Amino acid sequence: MRKSLLALAAGLLLAGSVGATSAADKLKVGFIYLGPIGDLGWTYQHDLARQALVKELGDKIETTYLENVPEGPDAERSIEQLVRAGNKLIFTTSFGYMDPTLKVAKKYPNVHFEHATGYKRNPNMSTYSAKWYQGRYIQGLIAAKMSKSGVLGYIGSFPIPEVVSGINATMLAAQTINPNIKVKIIWANTWFDPGKEADAAKALIDQGADVIMQHTDSPAAMQIASERGKLAFGQDSEMIKFGPKTQLTSILDTWGPYYIERVKAELAGTWKSEDTWGGLDSHMFAMAPYTNMPDDVKKMAEDAQAAITAGKLHPFKCPIIGQDGKPVECKGGDHLDDGQILGMNFYVKGIDDKLPGK
Amino acid sequence: MELVEAIILAVLAASTPLLIAATGELVTERSGVLNLGVEGMMIVGAACGFAGAWLTGSTFIGALFGIVAGTLVSLIFALMTLGLAVNQVATGLALTILGIGLSGLIGAGFVGERITPAVHLAIPGLTEIPLIGRVLFGEDGFVYFSVALIVGVWWFLHRTRAGLILRACGDNHVSAHALGYPVLRIRTFAVMFGGACAGLAGAYLPLAYTPFFIPGMTAGRGWIALALVVFSSWRPGRLVVGAYLFGAVTILQLHAQGWGVGIPSQFMSALPYLATVIVLVLLSRARTGGSSAPAALGTVFVPDR
Repeated sequence: MRKSLLALAAGLLLAGSVGATSAADKLKVGFIYLGPIGDLGWTYQHDLARQALVKELGDKIETTYLENVPEGPDAERSIEQLVRAGNKLIFTTSFGYMDPTLKVAKKYPNVHFEHATGYKRNPNMSTYSAKWYQGRYIQGLIAAKMSKSGVLGYIGSFPIPEVVSGINATMLAAQTINPNIKVKIIWANTWFDPGKEADAAKALIDQGADVIMQHTDSPAAMQIASERGKLAFGQDSEMIKFGPKTQLTSILDTWGPYYIERVKAELAGTWKSEDTWGGLDSHMFAMAPYTNMPDDVKKMAEDAQAAITAGKLHPFKCPIIGQDGKPVECKGGDHLDDGQILGMNFYVKGIDDKLPGK
Repeated sequence: MELVEAIILAVLAASTPLLIAATGELVTERSGVLNLGVEGMMIVGAACGFAGAWLTGSTFIGALFGIVAGTLVSLIFALMTLGLAVNQVATGLALTILGIGLSGLIGAGFVGERITPAVHLAIPGLTEIPLIGRVLFGEDGFVYFSVALIVGVWWFLHRTRAGLILRACGDNHVSAHALGYPVLRIRTFAVMFGGACAGLAGAYLPLAYTPFFIPGMTAGRGWIALALVVFSSWRPGRLVVGAYLFGAVTILQLHAQGWGVGIPSQFMSALPYLATVIVLVLLSRARTGGSSAPAALGTVFVPDR
């Protein structure tokens, strides 16, 4: 009894906190966020997309979001809360929600789920992600052109395939400009710790790197690079505010078009479980304006972007030589196939570092 | 040489918030109160400190905002645990959760804003000395203050009568009460001092370390400060060593990665905590000079009237 009372109270609290204007004929769409919507990075971009969705389809739908939901078993409760609150399409926006989403999806076959960056699907659970390595390739070209020391600094979060493929794409591109380019990689072992990200950026700059790139979430590294008069790339969102003379470009997560498309499908009754891994061509992400670089570098970046968008340039074009000096098996014809990129766990030749855990 | 100087500067910056927060918690704990809400008080200090600096354009006012905010949050703790004699562990944990939420609320309007970071000291002729110039004469005010703070706390705890009374409350509140000392009032002041320090330590992050505010930017530093107090075995001298050791390991592990030292970064990230465990073991086995853990730490005291 006490438990159900608690659940009721929690339900009321939830309903109260989201201030849902109840309209029975509107489609309810729910979102689970990892961070606060003000993180200026990952979650912020997801919420911008939700706002775009409301702007586009606001008269037909009603959205709810839960922020700061930790990954892991706790997420299951939050997802289920959204189901109970009547949401029919639920976006779970972080890799760590994969198993909890699947579990809830199996329990409620009539509710549709969309899970970001995962690989487990169900008849009522889709997955979606973006080919950020394409953007990293463009950044690698710019970095090699702009670096005077020939040393790039890379702040990694965790050595997972998404991050490793980003490092490789960066280096493959940079090597086409400067075959002797070096990269120093520091793993922060966290997605979000501004202080630590700043420390990592300081360490990289103190060790001679003059272009900083990051695969962590806060603008701290950008801010340090700006303070030290170096150059840097943003991450997830526009960070030029933190380095007006520093940011070269940034990979912007633009989930909006995808969210709108999926909700439209849901409204039309044509929603199916799918796996979407979109790149520049399908607008799953965008590049921030190319700034703080000479016109020829800007032109080169824009040309590369156009070539990748048109499918004429593949960042992982074979032959790809691994750190051991042997070519990597080429499963996708003239480039690595999606599976190889999604599971990437090796460094390419030219990176003098050891991949953690290898 | 330049790299060594850069590393020392980074270590000092990384250690300072830990040192300030841990100094406050040390005083709180020496009075017999265990406040696990350091992280919560810090993050509120960070949000209010940033707000203060953003509104007035002054780092100093920002720091004051942080101190006041930390103190106010600690008063909630004092009211609950000292006034109403609620369990300190539970209240401290609740304070952390409350603080994180509260700071997000306060800071929501300031996300994405920038301020000018705290100015660094510059004395012509001294600051330019290679290696030690910037380390000794080129820091921001927080770094100098943190050193003065811990020296002051050492002097207070071990050289003044008031410090002796505060420690007496922490070791045996019944006796201290019997001798006529106002145990609860002394503890309230100790909790407030801890809150003020935590608030200042939190404010250091957006005011000097990374001059912007983002929810959750303390990222667990409050918990490290708590661990440091245990590491120091409640002694100010060891606290200084511990704080700088934590800072040094954090920074050096990043540099080691950049140099390509083949030690897993995860292991190096865990080193400071491993060091804490080892120190605890050594202390528990030491015959002399071991732990100064306050005997009444974390116990509720209700004076009989």
